Amino acid sequence: MDAVVVSGLEKTYGKDVRALDGMTFSIPEGQVFGLLGPNGAGKSTTVRILVTLTRPDGGTATVAGHDLAREPDAVRRAIGYVPQASGVDREATGRENLVLQGRLQGMRNADTDRRAGELLELFSLDEKANALVRTYSGGQKRRLDVAMGLMHRPQVLFLDEPTTGLDPEARAAMWDELARLAAAEQLTILLTTHYLEEADRLAERVAIVSRGKVVVEGAPDALKRDLRGELVTVDLGSSASDGAAKVVEALPGIDDVLAEGQRLFARVDQGAQAVPAILGALDGAGFPVAAVTVSRPSLDDVYLHYTGREFRSDDEAGK
Amino acid sequence: MNAVGQTLVLFRRVMRNLSRQPIWIGFMLVQPMFWLLLYSQLFRRITDLHGFGTVSYVDYLTPGIAIMTAFFSGSWAGMGMIEDLDRGVIERFLTTPALRSAIVWGRIVQSGFVSTLQALVVLLVGLALGAGNGGVLGWLVILAASGLIGAGLAGFSNGIALLTRREESMIAVANFISLPLLFFSSILIARSLIPGWMRGASLANPVEWAVRAARWHVLPGTSWGQIGLYLGLLVVFTAATGLFATRCFSAYQRTL
Repeated sequence: MDAVVVSGLEKTYGKDVRALDGMTFSIPEGQVFGLLGPNGAGKSTTVRILVTLTRPDGGTATVAGHDLAREPDAVRRAIGYVPQASGVDREATGRENLVLQGRLQGMRNADTDRRAGELLELFSLDEKANALVRTYSGGQKRRLDVAMGLMHRPQVLFLDEPTTGLDPEARAAMWDELARLAAAEQLTILLTTHYLEEADRLAERVAIVSRGKVVVEGAPDALKRDLRGELVTVDLGSSASDGAAKVVEALPGIDDVLAEGQRLFARVDQGAQAVPAILGALDGAGFPVAAVTVSRPSLDDVYLHYTGREFRSDDEAGK
Repeated sequence: MNAVGQTLVLFRRVMRNLSRQPIWIGFMLVQPMFWLLLYSQLFRRITDLHGFGTVSYVDYLTPGIAIMTAFFSGSWAGMGMIEDLDRGVIERFLTTPALRSAIVWGRIVQSGFVSTLQALVVLLVGLALGAGNGGVLGWLVILAASGLIGAGLAGFSNGIALLTRREESMIAVANFISLPLLFFSSILIARSLIPGWMRGASLANPVEWAVRAARWHVLPGTSWGQIGLYLGLLVVFTAATGLFATRCFSAYQRTL
């Protein structure tokens, strides 16, 4: 059975900010699923709808077998939610936060206390258990957020940008925690992220999201494998790349050429063979080349391939 | 867990957080004392005017200050809700099966509880200044009226907090309602000295209901039926503002 089924979700903010435009995907039980996309692609809106905070304008969804619109309370009992911005009570201790969360989820007293202790240990927060949350470091606070989401042993956990705002060290530690969690608990996890590396590392399957809908879906490795060959990136220094793209397109053995700003992306079977030909052709046509790199496909390239735009520039634009 | 259980859990949370703010506790206790001492000095001679049912202005003023303290803290109760909104605490609650009404009532009960405590402080200071305030029964009525008006206005204030979601707007609304509620009541002045049209309008003022109930012992001729009526009206008022605030939750969620 699928733990999450999302079908044609639509959401428009105000008159013309179209956050979701037919978002559709499903997650089998027990899977770690990544919604990957730049800022503003609609990831958070999707999660906020699935955790019953926001109402969609159209479309349907079920979570843990419960229809979102008809049985919101059954959905709430089945889910844990770790929001992008922490929702913990800063004036309470970590333990108090966990206990309150358990009580609101309807857990019994004894079970609540036991579970809180268990999670504090699991997330290495035992030392800070009885300290006010406002004295926590960013990483400790984020770990508490995740523990809160797990308090009542939910069937589905929603993690909205779990490592945004963490320093690289805390991020790596969080990735370890999440990977361990995904392996240990019989839990379906929906993770949103705009870090390609994070999706690659944690998600068994990703859906790449752009402008409110899924553009492609699959296992990260399969997605990368589907992009045969390698990617050649040519930096043209100061000149625009549109004209240069035509020159490169005309060469044999070039699959796909994209021009963006002063950069040119070409997908080729064998980078080592294609580069001399590309450089020669560009030189002959009067385009000076500042730099050239060859890379194996990454999720970056997958994004570029399916949306025709660079991940990083979309991410900046969406802020 | 049922609605009452959830309300109590959330009430304990806000009380616990408040109890960790020593400055807040200090002000909560000192402010009503300060007001009572100040006003009783400023208006010492006012009972020379006719219309006061007792010779001691302190005796007249103590219930009024208890009510005034309660309605001021009730009017500002929404600030705590705004802080919870800003910190994402409310959104987290909304993704649990907790009842929206329990989230609101946890705060309303807290305001009622704090107002009752403050009224107790006022009564003790009043006692030190020689005001008996009608003995045990008088004290109980004053505590009940203070708790209810604090709770009732807290319901309204929390609703406004959910609608405006901004501290600035919340402050504007609280300021806007406070003085009219004060002046359209007999907190500081005898009822017979209030202009006729204002006296009429004051009948619709919940603060005036609370003052009338609380001050029964210094106003000869007040019957238990009237006291019951005023306290009953305050219960209805509190229930109505609690319902209003719960409704505001739906309005708030539609904008998410």
